[in-house]
Amino acid sequence: MKRFRRHGQDSQRDRLKQELFQFNKTVEHGFPHQPSALGYSPSLRLMAIGTRSGAIKLYGAPGVEFMGLHEENAALTQIHFLPRQSKLVTLLDDNSLHLWTLRNHEGVSELLEEGRFTLPGPPGAPPSVTRVTSVLAHSSGKLLYLGTEDGHVFVVEVPVFRELEERNISVEAVQQRVPEEYVGRRNLESVEALTENPQNPDQILIGYSRGLMVLWDLEGSQATHHFLGNQQLESVWWKRDGCQIISSHNDGSYCQWPVSSADRQPKPDKHEMPYGSFPCKAISKILMLTKKQGCPFVIFSGGMPRASYGDRHCISVIHSKKHVAFDFTSRIIDFVVINEGGEESEYDDPSALVVLAEEELVVVDLKSEGWLMIQTPYLAPLHCSAITCSHHVSNIPLKLWERIVAAGEKQNTHYSRMPWPVNGGQNKAPDPPQRDLLLTGHEDGTVRFWDASGVCLCPLYKLGTAGVFHTDADPNDNMNHAGEGEWPPFRKVGCFDPYSDDPRLGIQKIHLCKYSGYLAVAGTAGQVLVMELNDEDADQVVDSSLADLLQDQEGFRWKGHAQLIVKEEAVHFPHGFQPFALVQCQPPAVVTSLILHSEWKLVAFGTSHGFGLYDYQQKNNVLVRCTLNPSDQLALEGPLSRVKSIKKSLRQSFRRIRRSRVSGRKRPVGNAAKVQEINAQMEREALQEMELAPVQRKIEARSSDDSFTGLVRTLYFADSFIRDSSHSTPSLWAGTNGGSVYAYSLRVPPVERRMEEQITAEPAKEIQLMHRAPVVGILILDGRGAPLPEPLEVAHDLSRSPDMHGSHHLLVISEEQFKMFTLPKVSAKMKLKLTAIEGSRVRKVSVVSFVNSKVEDYSENGLAVLTNQGDLHAISLPSIKIQVRYNCIRKEDVSGIASCVFTKYGQGFYLISPSEFERFSLSARWLVEPRCLVEAPPASTRQTLSRAAPDGAAVKSRVSTTDSDTSEEDGLQRPPLMEHALLNDEKVLLEIQRSLEGDRTSFVEKNSKRRTGGGKLLTNGE
Amino acid sequence: MNKNHRVPTNRSLSAVEVKSKFGAEFRRFSLDRSKPGKFDEFYGLLQHVHRIPNVEVLVGYADIHGDLLPINNDDNYHKAISTAIPLLRIFLQRKEEADYSAFGTDSLKRKKNVLATVLRADNNRKKPPLLISLPRDFRPVSSIIDVDILPETHRRVRLYKHGSEKPLGFYIRDGSSVRVTPQGLEKVPGIFISRMVPGGLADGTGLLAVNDEVLEVNGIEVSGKSLDQVTDMMIANSHNLIVTVKPANQRNNVVRHSRTSGSSGQSSDSSTSHYGYTVTSQIIQNFHPEEAESDEDNDIIIEGSGKPQQIPKASSASASLGSLTHSELYFGSKQNGFSALSSSAGSLTAAGEIQGRESERRRSTERANVEEEGTVITL
Repeated sequence: MKRFRRHGQDSQRDRLKQELFQFNKTVEHGFPHQPSALGYSPSLRLMAIGTRSGAIKLYGAPGVEFMGLHEENAALTQIHFLPRQSKLVTLLDDNSLHLWTLRNHEGVSELLEEGRFTLPGPPGAPPSVTRVTSVLAHSSGKLLYLGTEDGHVFVVEVPVFRELEERNISVEAVQQRVPEEYVGRRNLESVEALTENPQNPDQILIGYSRGLMVLWDLEGSQATHHFLGNQQLESVWWKRDGCQIISSHNDGSYCQWPVSSADRQPKPDKHEMPYGSFPCKAISKILMLTKKQGCPFVIFSGGMPRASYGDRHCISVIHSKKHVAFDFTSRIIDFVVINEGGEESEYDDPSALVVLAEEELVVVDLKSEGWLMIQTPYLAPLHCSAITCSHHVSNIPLKLWERIVAAGEKQNTHYSRMPWPVNGGQNKAPDPPQRDLLLTGHEDGTVRFWDASGVCLCPLYKLGTAGVFHTDADPNDNMNHAGEGEWPPFRKVGCFDPYSDDPRLGIQKIHLCKYSGYLAVAGTAGQVLVMELNDEDADQVVDSSLADLLQDQEGFRWKGHAQLIVKEEAVHFPHGFQPFALVQCQPPAVVTSLILHSEWKLVAFGTSHGFGLYDYQQKNNVLVRCTLNPSDQLALEGPLSRVKSIKKSLRQSFRRIRRSRVSGRKRPVGNAAKVQEINAQMEREALQEMELAPVQRKIEARSSDDSFTGLVRTLYFADSFIRDSSHSTPSLWAGTNGGSVYAYSLRVPPVERRMEEQITAEPAKEIQLMHRAPVVGILILDGRGAPLPEPLEVAHDLSRSPDMHGSHHLLVISEEQFKMFTLPKVSAKMKLKLTAIEGSRVRKVSVVSFVNSKVEDYSENGLAVLTNQGDLHAISLPSIKIQVRYNCIRKEDVSGIASCVFTKYGQGFYLISPSEFERFSLSARWLVEPRCLVEAPPASTRQTLSRAAPDGAAVKSRVSTTDSDTSEEDGLQRPPLMEHALLNDEKVLLEIQRSLEGDRTSFVEKNSKRRTGGGKLLTNGE
Repeated sequence: MNKNHRVPTNRSLSAVEVKSKFGAEFRRFSLDRSKPGKFDEFYGLLQHVHRIPNVEVLVGYADIHGDLLPINNDDNYHKAISTAIPLLRIFLQRKEEADYSAFGTDSLKRKKNVLATVLRADNNRKKPPLLISLPRDFRPVSSIIDVDILPETHRRVRLYKHGSEKPLGFYIRDGSSVRVTPQGLEKVPGIFISRMVPGGLADGTGLLAVNDEVLEVNGIEVSGKSLDQVTDMMIANSHNLIVTVKPANQRNNVVRHSRTSGSSGQSSDSSTSHYGYTVTSQIIQNFHPEEAESDEDNDIIIEGSGKPQQIPKASSASASLGSLTHSELYFGSKQNGFSALSSSAGSLTAAGEIQGRESERRRSTERANVEEEGTVITL
């Protein structure tokens, strides 16, 4: 009959679907994976981070974020903002330069790639001639000086990327004036550093790897000064007054050189090796910053004594008598210093040190007495201990929110109070409509609370659970215990600590009741902790009990890890969430599902052996049920079983290799032809791969003796008609890997007799699904077809009470099917098959309220589903029909799919790297994405070349910008398009086609620009 | 057949003597040869004379060759009456205890343990017996379907997994096949059968073979799907798996005489003649998709601590055969499987059917399992 539905209804429904569902990947939270470059613009007060996968991210004030992706899958090696412009130049590993610009459009700024360039070089020259090693964005804002591996300096005009051949500084020209005896020995090697005299834009300093530094006069096109260094050069720094140059060297030393018109070949004023006498590692970067009062700051990275501290990642800050070597847990990529003194100011007056390490961003307040750290409002290292699970709670009541924030603030007393120094741009995004919490569980037994309401994922509070147990970890093994007089004066900074002392502490499941503030967390060793929010510190004994899930099953032996040992004595718990009850499962297998009902004060938990119900009011076990099949041997052996662990680790390492191979982001691609070409190529490769490695899969009906059929996948509390249709009773539902559903009816005494009377549970129903697929979700719909509300939701007037008159329905979601049953007599009503039709399996499912984006008060309940293919589906309730489907995650990205969580209003998060959450939205209404504005910096009052530039140049550059407008246009279109990967969306395809047809010429031109890049000079605009 | 038949001398006699045996009891009565009536009446009469009104029995008789043949419809009843010489010897067995193998040529002599005490006939035949049995006591294992709508190069095979002890037993792999497209020949990825498990269901049918390309699974094309996706689809449909393959060996294809012919009779004739396999399957024409739907998803539900039940179908579009399921709830799937067969029996062509035998013994043990443990039931 469906076939004959009237047409009108269909189109009406389609329109409604458009108003309800829309897929967007909105923002990436966390710390970029594998950062490779750092840039900072003092005029914009924006910071840029580049990654090895070619992504560039700009950050300013909290909420101001931009992201761009280079087409080439090459690492970013350098980022340079053009002075006093909202443009930046990036250098990639493949020697290409890219110009990015922040363009304002309808009150919001966008980051666009404006052009790209590769140094052409003379015909027949070796690639080292044009291999760029250093970049100077000249203060005129119109020129780039590019130093190369062979020692040449090329001059390129921006933004048009036109090489000014006549201004190039060749290595031969430099060598002419260098003293014979210095040059004679060998060549100067690559250009290691290029800086401009802060006081005179006509003077630049060229530093060669070999140690020679040459002061080049741009006006006269000649070398005026020579600084003859004897050590391999690492970096140079020109002091603000222009009278002194500091060079850092390979041997861990630095030199200060005077700059004066008197001595054209000066000797260094000072040659120092800070960590002295024994051989030291190179000082890779050095800065000397002046202060209005007192000595200058000397800040440098590296230089540690090779033998004893060669493996440390340090940045040393020296200021008069004060000397600290900040010791980082991961490699230092780069650092910048934020100065208070403006460009016109006579002094630098450094205020904050921003250090980009491989795994985190650390900012140090240089004005505070103790050089305290500043808490970053974004770029939080999510992975400071590996994330093991996540849990999202929408719409937190203000009261609970404030208490959590307060608890977190008390934890952060050791941070500096200095406001966040990188504060460029304005956040134009509307205030988030509600307060959302994201909770992440970590391998070290901590739970971190994040403010996930807006664009910035801010840390709120950190909860540790290790204190409850005796562990091998030494609680005093903390940072900041540098002994007096230790040299070098190390100070540990940062919180990235991937080493877990005891993997059993790992958090596997979290459930927070936002109304009552009760929190249940469960871990790897079968521990289930129930906690309560307390604003005061407390010393208390945790009431612990044991749940023997094996019960009478004989002959099973647990070969896995031992149970955690609970501290008998009272434990001091700081303010915040404090555990008061503990259940330990026996055998201590990983807890696979957890749920808490704050109204009935019950916690249910499940492992691979069975499930249990715990009454946290009376602190006793109500029910323990073993779900094991007697033939299910694997479940008992545990993770330490020898064969399995080897197999598993092998599998994991293969997965890691595969991941690293495909870890590149989706590349935006220019046009359909290219897409086809790439597809064809990929197919060819895929075919080849297939022929090489014949993988085969067994086709076999599932039988009951598969391993792990007893694993409890889902637990659910409901007040529904489980026994008869006239009285509803509380009930507990459990679903297993083997396709079984167990229902227990509970007798919960009224509140006034809650402490005296026992809670009882008796088996009410068992369902064995014929198709035996793992049950991943259980849900009961009320008489109106709406899911039953969460506990206490009705009591807080946040949900209407469920319809208890109409008949309730039970929805069992397995990996393969969605199946609706009637209640109380269970009989199948309807179903939606997923696997049998398209071969995908349900990995994550969550009840979501989809709100109409046009009509205020219209909303629909539905299910958000993520499949093993990485597809997102929205499924309607109670009709269980697929509404929309979007491709979201690559199907090879197993960890991304496994990490996905949905919010209650149709957004979601998944890990795109160990340290980053991608936020996406399935709802047309609720979208959290950065909307921010960056105003171009005011023109400088200082005399610069820009004024002196002939009129013609300005006109030309304008012409060329309009010329590049078209490419800008599709540059604007492409990144978001590919970002969303909606290539199977007709609308998007049309749009791509249009943009392609619209500027075919510009595309050809652009293409040829790149093709001929190696051969001739650009003829752009001329 | 080397034994001389006794020519009935009393053919003209109008009455037929009937000697009916049930258990250890005999009844004798007579019937009018010219007016035998209907089988149902005869059946009622037998129950009446044996005083077993509510016992389901199987009726058999000894024919002139001494074979035990069944009487279960008007035709063979009339045949039995007309050939009685003059005594018609009837043997009754309780249905649930019936030994079907007793029927057939030579059965009375061969099956000494069953009937030798009753019939003291000599057994000097050497020819191997040909077994004939009641169709409903068999269950199909596999069939070729949709012969009339598929290209001759393709084969759609239905494997009935339910109730069988045998594993499905085959493996699939990725591979590539050559397709003709407007752009010329193109190599496209495809899914192929890579291995058959010896003795498995798929192997036993002889309808699938290594290197056959899998084109569809239960009506859904597999092109563009990954190996894992296709694996999951097959497993999800494993109770009633319908795979469309392009056999690697194209020599054993069903050849149709006329492309336009939708008549089942014609293609069945051809199929019998062209089948080189050990006859293990049937060809069903005009297969309806809802039949595929009908026999799955009989989840087991246990209410309270009581007895398990098959979940009855609520009004569902696919419940076209729902009415057939209620007689024996526990074995609904088997019933359904059979009814799917019989409902399409019109177009069913018996290209030699080998059907799995439903063992009564297994039934009863299964039932016992259900009742005793009541937890996990494997169907």
